[in-house]
Amino acid sequence: MPEQRVVDADYLLLEAPRERKFITGAQAMAEAVKRANVDIAIAYPITPQSEVMHLVGDIWAQGYLKDYYRAEEEYGAMSAIAGAVRGGARAFSATSGPGLLRGLEAIASWPGHRIPAVLGVLTRVVNAPLSIQPDNVEISYLLNCGMVVLHAENQQDVFDFTLASFIISEKVDVYIPIAVCTEGFFVTHAKGYVNMTPEDMKLPPRDPYKAPVPPTDCEIPPARIQRDAPVQKSNFMSYLIHAVWQQEIWASNRRAMKYIYKYLGGPIEVVNPDAEVFVVASGCAAAQGREAVRYAQLEGLNVGLVKVKSICPFPVNEVRQVLSKAKAIIVPEHNIVGWLAKEVKAAIPNSDAVIGGPRVYGGMTLPVELIMEKVYDAFGIKKEKKVVV
Amino acid sequence: MKRYNIRIAGVGGQGVVTSAHILGNAMSAAGKYATLVPFFGSEKRMAPVEAYVRVSDQPIYEVGEVVYPNVIMIYHPQVITHGKSYTMPFYSGLKENGLAIINTDVDIVPEEDWVVLKELNTRVYMFPATKLALDIAGTELATNMAMIGLFFGITRIVGFEHIEQAVKERFLGNTFVASGGTTALDSAIEKKFKKKMELLEKNMQVIREAFKVAEERGWVEEEALTT
Repeated sequence: MPEQRVVDADYLLLEAPRERKFITGAQAMAEAVKRANVDIAIAYPITPQSEVMHLVGDIWAQGYLKDYYRAEEEYGAMSAIAGAVRGGARAFSATSGPGLLRGLEAIASWPGHRIPAVLGVLTRVVNAPLSIQPDNVEISYLLNCGMVVLHAENQQDVFDFTLASFIISEKVDVYIPIAVCTEGFFVTHAKGYVNMTPEDMKLPPRDPYKAPVPPTDCEIPPARIQRDAPVQKSNFMSYLIHAVWQQEIWASNRRAMKYIYKYLGGPIEVVNPDAEVFVVASGCAAAQGREAVRYAQLEGLNVGLVKVKSICPFPVNEVRQVLSKAKAIIVPEHNIVGWLAKEVKAAIPNSDAVIGGPRVYGGMTLPVELIMEKVYDAFGIKKEKKVVV
Repeated sequence: MKRYNIRIAGVGGQGVVTSAHILGNAMSAAGKYATLVPFFGSEKRMAPVEAYVRVSDQPIYEVGEVVYPNVIMIYHPQVITHGKSYTMPFYSGLKENGLAIINTDVDIVPEEDWVVLKELNTRVYMFPATKLALDIAGTELATNMAMIGLFFGITRIVGFEHIEQAVKERFLGNTFVASGGTTALDSAIEKKFKKKMELLEKNMQVIREAFKVAEERGWVEEEALTT
């Protein structure tokens, strides 16, 4: 491994020179970890998984990480993350589908325990019947935890989101975990161009004392919830402590937004802002949405795209503003519940304009043609369908 | 040219995935764009195999299998005659004004399928790729080369030199440095290299011949597909 030097975080994230490489999404995530001055990686890999924690194991062997702890199952892995981070380390893990849900009880407690960890979520089917394909329904389970949830469209996003997440999560006014989600296979196993910062530069180490709550078992009252739990107090103390604490967690979540602006260019990306009809999408559905905009252009239809990068905090104001005059809002998704459509509907006053779908389940491909069918409906175009499927 | 979304259907052992890679690499050699998705099934000889390639002169964002192709390439007649395919019928999802290239000596498309293909205004090119491979290269393993040769011969989306570069990459990889002659290759490597060079030459001959077929039969398409 090359000798790595610590550089200023803002410099590394925003200004450092970049080199273009053709790599998979899993490699992009590991490359970000390599440059993030991570102390410890913790994992319990089992099918379905991605190559991420394997590749992070490789960079640990090369000396980029101080430690790699192999947990005995997912609950243990996610609990060990909490321990390592409360102890002052910068920690990383990645998981997929059923593994995420097995670890979810621990993950849901991370924000309240003020655990600024970064978790890669490489989506796979969680609901029966069994499949190991990239359905992303699991992201919906993360939306009520209080953590920041980012959704990457492609390999470049995976690199950028992961690297920036270490810095955003450790900001004193944020200090909660961040999940960097993307679709398995479509992004993790496929190659794309990624502009990466130099290999010999890394982020500054975590400073555990730069925190809203001190690390380990300090005597300062708020941090004592771990060893001096509110459940040991009266019911009323327990309600009160929980209430103020969780309000602060969700306020922290909203405060992450300014850093999403600073480091990720904002929570949304808009293509063709003057469009009549919008496709609103996140993750690799946004890539399909980009193609739908192109198809529509070829046919002279005024269609735009809103790519949502940050699912939680959800960019309510931004989405509301862009969609204020939209005739129709098409929300393509890789899951059956339509969690993004629900978020969009909740954010805008003209929720009638939201067309939930097209949705594909079980990790199926989301053909652009399905999005186009909704586009034609929105413009009232009747197409004679000759294609045999 | 805007975009060709290609679905290749063949059987195990024909080099379906290999030729998809060569197709993609030829685009890259020409400074254009391609993405490739193989179907992950239980591949074995003579069992159905599918691969999907998207090629364009503009960046490609789309991911996943090509469900609605505008080009279908059938590498083995049994895909149609025996239904050896993941997508049945073989033209399922084919868009209007598309292209179907079928490896066969005789018309194997059933009458009712012809009705659909005509309705879709499909340009169907039947072409004895295996026969050509046997005649020129002496092996039916070069069927895939004949098929991509004909595709490029019809569409002319990259130059012959780009195809040659892609085929070279596939057969020689990065292991042989053929330039300069500064280092004498030891005899074992030389022998292996010679064999590879012969293979490469035969494959290129097949591609050249397929190009010629496209030209002689007036199949070269001036008009580009749009989506």
